[in-house]
Amino acid sequence: MSEKKVVEEEINFQKNDAFNLTMIPGAFARKMRTCVIWQFIRFVIINVKMIIVVSKSH
Amino acid sequence: MARLVVLGGGVSGHTTATFAAKWLGSQHEVVVVTPNSKWNWIPSNIWVGVGEMTKEEVTFDLAPVYAKAGITYHQAKALSINPEGKEDSDKPFVTIEYTSEDKAGQTETIEYDYLVNATGPKLNFDATPGLGDGNGQMGENTVSVCTADHAVHAAEEFQKAIEKMKAGERQKFLIGTGHGMCTCQGAAFEYIFNIEHELNKAGVRDMAEVKWISNESFLGDFGMGGLHMKVGGYVVSSKLFAESLFAERGVEWLIGAHTSKVEAGKVEYELLDGTKGEEAFDFAMLIPPFAGVGLKAYNKAGEDITGTVFAPNGFMKVDANYNAGAYENWKASDWPRTYQNPTYKNMFAAGIAFAPPHIISKPMSSPNGTPINPTPPRTGMPSGIIGKAVAHSVCDLMTKGEDAKLHEASMAEMGAACVASAGKGVFSGQAAAMTVYPVVPDFEKYPGTGRDTDYTFGEIGLAGHWIKHILHHLFIYKAKLNPGWTLIPE
Repeated sequence: MSEKKVVEEEINFQKNDAFNLTMIPGAFARKMRTCVIWQFIRFVIINVKMIIVVSKSH
Repeated sequence: MARLVVLGGGVSGHTTATFAAKWLGSQHEVVVVTPNSKWNWIPSNIWVGVGEMTKEEVTFDLAPVYAKAGITYHQAKALSINPEGKEDSDKPFVTIEYTSEDKAGQTETIEYDYLVNATGPKLNFDATPGLGDGNGQMGENTVSVCTADHAVHAAEEFQKAIEKMKAGERQKFLIGTGHGMCTCQGAAFEYIFNIEHELNKAGVRDMAEVKWISNESFLGDFGMGGLHMKVGGYVVSSKLFAESLFAERGVEWLIGAHTSKVEAGKVEYELLDGTKGEEAFDFAMLIPPFAGVGLKAYNKAGEDITGTVFAPNGFMKVDANYNAGAYENWKASDWPRTYQNPTYKNMFAAGIAFAPPHIISKPMSSPNGTPINPTPPRTGMPSGIIGKAVAHSVCDLMTKGEDAKLHEASMAEMGAACVASAGKGVFSGQAAAMTVYPVVPDFEKYPGTGRDTDYTFGEIGLAGHWIKHILHHLFIYKAKLNPGWTLIPE
């Protein structure tokens, strides 16, 4: 009998049909969301984009 | 000396009044009429609603701020507008009723030269049986985060639910919209993920069922017909973005739902396919639909002209195209640019108080004829930008004369930033940060998605969470008119 392979972030796909038909982030994507260095870079980029949107809106 | 009267002291009214007072100086008078004694940074009510912030952290007293700005402040609600004056005077005026403790119930009239209606919405709880108490206030079956006091109450009820789960009793949380014509899905969206975050933090997530109920025809509509963003080399719909977030967190959804009745522990709903059902809950936060605050208008003879000044939903008519007709004919140019009332040119409406020409999302109804679609969001950044543009226009009219060019701020040409943050810790929270440009899609200018996908984006992570924190402090700082406040954009 083959060994069971449990991937934590994939478990929710099985919980209902709606979950099964969408995308769920994997371990790398989740890790990057809380990686302080990467998020600091994203913080700068998001801020620049938001400032542009704000300036285009006034 | 001319007088500008601003009805309402929320995001839009406060922006209008404070900029007008700064630009007009002591040459003219600015008057604010608002029933509230405190200003409330409403986006942070979400954190109050889960007990992560106090009411005091999201509110401050208006009186000292208006005193500093030289604004005359009446803690009162507006009852009616007489834009033509009365029989013995051509001077237009508003009738107000005080809500402050010392003068509660007293009425007074205030003459004006220019009027800005920024009264925001009436939280129309009674539109859904059982959602309201029958007297215009929130009922006892659900909670709300629409005001700071509501959010405090919600946090208390949430804490009780956590205690029950810790004692071994499972709880079901139902969050979303309380009517088929609601707006502000974004607030409920943010609240449900804060609830989910706090349940995890309290170690009781496995004892809870968390479910979303909404009038959106698809997840991620947000009252804007959804949006498209670039992710991983693809341009994707916000539907995927939202569904992914819900699936990741194990939050089920029920969409295209008109909540038709609320009882203790149960809602009844009708879906877009016409089927009807019930959903049980132990804790429910359902956003009420919005309506105008019920202002009346009278002409010089005292005859009721409310229907001339206001749309049937109670919001003030402005320079929008209210005759656009069917969905296929809708255009970005239907949306107002100056927010001037077409009948009375010295009246403007800003923020939620203006009557939109139509909704933004595709109109939907059930086979039974029940309309089930989100109404347009006009809160936050658009409210502030509109308020500032209106202040500019009124100041120019007062200082340069009636031929002054009006300033414009069409929602079809402005963007909006939205940060929905779960949790409050600097490193433990996460947020979905989104910008949309423009708010109202313009399919003539941006064929395909209706928006500029270089500036319409969304992503999840700590970065957005930090931005949410910064916005909280920045906007309260600005609203208090602290040094440099004019440098902070709306």
